[in-house]
Amino acid sequence: MFGQILFITMALVIVVTSIGVVAVRNPVRSALNLVANFFALAVLYLFLYAQFVAAVQIIVYAGAIMVLFLFTIMLLNLGSPSELSERGDLKRPVTWGLALLFVIVLAGGIFVRLGEAQPTADDLGTVQMVGKFLFTDWVYPFELTSILLLIAIVGAIVMAKRRL
Amino acid sequence: MDAVPISWYLILSAFMFAMGVTGVVIKRNPIVIFMCIELMLNAANLAFLAFARQQAQLGAQVAGQVYVILVMAVAAADVAIGLGIIVAIYRLRDTINVDEMNLLKF
Repeated sequence: MFGQILFITMALVIVVTSIGVVAVRNPVRSALNLVANFFALAVLYLFLYAQFVAAVQIIVYAGAIMVLFLFTIMLLNLGSPSELSERGDLKRPVTWGLALLFVIVLAGGIFVRLGEAQPTADDLGTVQMVGKFLFTDWVYPFELTSILLLIAIVGAIVMAKRRL
Repeated sequence: MDAVPISWYLILSAFMFAMGVTGVVIKRNPIVIFMCIELMLNAANLAFLAFARQQAQLGAQVAGQVYVILVMAVAAADVAIGLGIIVAIYRLRDTINVDEMNLLKF
């Protein structure tokens, strides 16, 4: 019962903030909505026995990535919402309607066929367990990720630097 | 902790994904579009973790969490490159309205 109440609270936070990201006009407020969304998601990750992923979610997403977003918004000085005002045309209500339809169809499909949660070990999502599998079964994807990050570093420098 | 069925997580994930798609379609500020892409990636992460709880074997359960970590690494690279491109375009054009970006058309 306590778990259900906590889940519904966090789900409400996620629903409100993810609508807020899209509906709010000021990009800084969008970013702050997204930070709240990520924190609530981290709580849900704890429900799913993913302790390490929850910590990484807060450190990497709510910490690093959102600071990068806010830094860029401040750097480009796009604080005034009138500069990028959204025109009120037919596209917006149609898109909201299609999004609603998408959720209804997907929710219907989810209810049709879905198994139950399986019993699991309590230490499923600890650093020890995830690290063991990350460095044995998943070592090639892990190393490929490091190459990807290296390319991203070089690419970001090439993009942002005026003269190399 | 098993009080909540898996389908609740998946419906929440579907809702987040739909909001992300909506934002990508209707927004004109590319930074907000990027935020909506992050929203979609997080929806996928939630679905990964929820489906991992359905697996019977330990290896498959941990695999869902490993996927989430890899997705986070890809998202970090994605944001670094994307914001670099936005800053470069702002320097070149003095605006970042996506309706006025037509450099790749020609």
